[in-house]
Amino acid sequence: MAKSKEDENSIIVVDNVEKHFGTVTALDGVSLEIKAGEFFSLLGPSGCGKTTLLRMISGFDTPSVGNIYIGGTDMTDVPPNERPTNMVFQSYAIFPHLNVAENVGYGLKKQKLPKDELDRRVNEALALVDLDGYGPRESHALSGGQRQRVALARALIMKPKVLLLDEPLSALDKKLREAMQGELRRLQRNVGITFVLVTHDQEEALTMSDRIAVMFNGKIAQLDTPEGLYKRPATRRVASFIGVMNFIPATVRKSTDSTLSIDIQSLGKLDLATHSRHQAGDKITIGIRPEMLTILYRKEESAEYEFEAIIEGAAYYGDMTYYEIRLIDTDITATVSMRNTAGRPILEIGRKTRVGWGIESITIIADD
Amino acid sequence: MQNKPSRSLLTYAIVYLIFLYAPVMLLPLFAFNDSAIIALPLSGFTFHWFGLLWQTKALHEALYNSLMIALITSIGSTTLGIFAARAAARYEFPGKRGIMGFIMVPLVLPEIIVGVALLVVLIQLGMSLSAWTVIIGHVLICTPFSIAILQSAFNNMDRSLEEASMDLGENRIGTFFRVILPLVTPGIISSLLISFTISLDEFIIAFFLTGTDATLPVYIWSQLRFPARLPAIMALGFLMVVLSFILLLTAEYFRRRANRITGNSTSSEESIF
Repeated sequence: MAKSKEDENSIIVVDNVEKHFGTVTALDGVSLEIKAGEFFSLLGPSGCGKTTLLRMISGFDTPSVGNIYIGGTDMTDVPPNERPTNMVFQSYAIFPHLNVAENVGYGLKKQKLPKDELDRRVNEALALVDLDGYGPRESHALSGGQRQRVALARALIMKPKVLLLDEPLSALDKKLREAMQGELRRLQRNVGITFVLVTHDQEEALTMSDRIAVMFNGKIAQLDTPEGLYKRPATRRVASFIGVMNFIPATVRKSTDSTLSIDIQSLGKLDLATHSRHQAGDKITIGIRPEMLTILYRKEESAEYEFEAIIEGAAYYGDMTYYEIRLIDTDITATVSMRNTAGRPILEIGRKTRVGWGIESITIIADD
Repeated sequence: MQNKPSRSLLTYAIVYLIFLYAPVMLLPLFAFNDSAIIALPLSGFTFHWFGLLWQTKALHEALYNSLMIALITSIGSTTLGIFAARAAARYEFPGKRGIMGFIMVPLVLPEIIVGVALLVVLIQLGMSLSAWTVIIGHVLICTPFSIAILQSAFNNMDRSLEEASMDLGENRIGTFFRVILPLVTPGIISSLLISFTISLDEFIIAFFLTGTDATLPVYIWSQLRFPARLPAIMALGFLMVVLSFILLLTAEYFRRRANRITGNSTSSEESIF
């Protein structure tokens, strides 16, 4: 409990947790702190350990090594029914033999509230998720979105310190999923409860979270705000997991305390105002997002830096077009995204074009 | 796609059903026939034989024995079935497949072998034959049926329902009574009804183990020596067929309901019959 003092704002502290299933290591020394009232996401591909970590916070799994503190108390071995956390399950786990109101009131039953008090709180919870009047409905007649709301109401009625969400939107279709993303975010702000979301959908994590822990192979690869993750991905793997990233090889020419001079094949020499551990002669990778590259459609358009490229592919998304380009006389390819504003034609494949970019948009990517 | 069966297939199906049910159909035919001789042509309609059943005291005792044995057997085998099915559905343990396989073996063992073996063992143990020895034999043959029915009820239950209950502050015992039990209740009722029916109709094991407390099938067998009582036996047989049919249909209704409640639509169409 030495930690609890400095972590006054942390509702959850995961301290060097490992989990082994036989010879398989699901979690490999994970430490993180989740602040009270924040919307925190665990993001990663399936099998990265994110669900295992969530199940440890909820109490369904226990760590092989390490501790989990909730609200300053060591909860490592406390069973789920004695934790101040509630969970929205991936399958929603709506009790099929109970109606909506009985589902929502399930956890309050133990508190032996008077009937009108119980009814009032159930109706309150249903109103919170826009299901006013759904109480008497049979639960098996609900749609996917409604089941999700019932699961939310059933958890929120317990007034948990932390609400855990295990891929809650993955069973919904795209339209409904996007609507629910916004709703969940609003709901979280309204109730002020800490939300911990597990997801494999980077877009979902970016749009909803205050902070995101990206996990690979049982480890946290990077923990940052959505903007930080997108703009300054720590590794190549994080960079390509969060959105699309163009990787371009470069060589270090000179490295000082405040500048890094690099040589990007066919793009020329650049001086970056950044400090780096790299030495002259090191091979490095720089990253540049597709939207940081601009196709210069007309002669009079110009940019800080320019190069010539050939269009090798075009994918039309309605609002955007994604071009695959190849730098002239090289085998370096990149993706460029252009907003389809008025007057911008869709460029045909094989055409030569000028592409502009700025020095600010470059990130140095560490290799994994 | 053409879903109509061919004419020959339909004919085959009809012949098949006649083969299955013609002997059973003879029961009501002669049960209501106003003649002491079981032979065609029929002579007239009567309830006389059913009235005769009402007056036979030995029959009433046999009926009472059978009902008690069936009741205790169904409770016993269903209880054992709940434990085994729950363990098989929820836990992994070494040798699980082998153990479950062996539990199911009595389903296919010849009953006469089971009967003789039990007789030998029970006598060696110094037990005298009674209704209780019949119950032991019946529990043995009914338990596999109970397990088969209950296992599908337990398997169909989404594990996260139990976790959700725990997550909402309920302990293990509370979770069992508030979530698991209500969801498998139809399966339990189905198991009770089916083992009850099996026990009620079973002859061979009862014949070997019954002692002086004859069950209904054993009583029927003993009456076959007296041709004059045959029509009354026909009437009794007819009643037993009707009762078994009703019990099995009720059991099937509950079994399907169990599958529907737990949200498993794929397996709801298959039947164990």
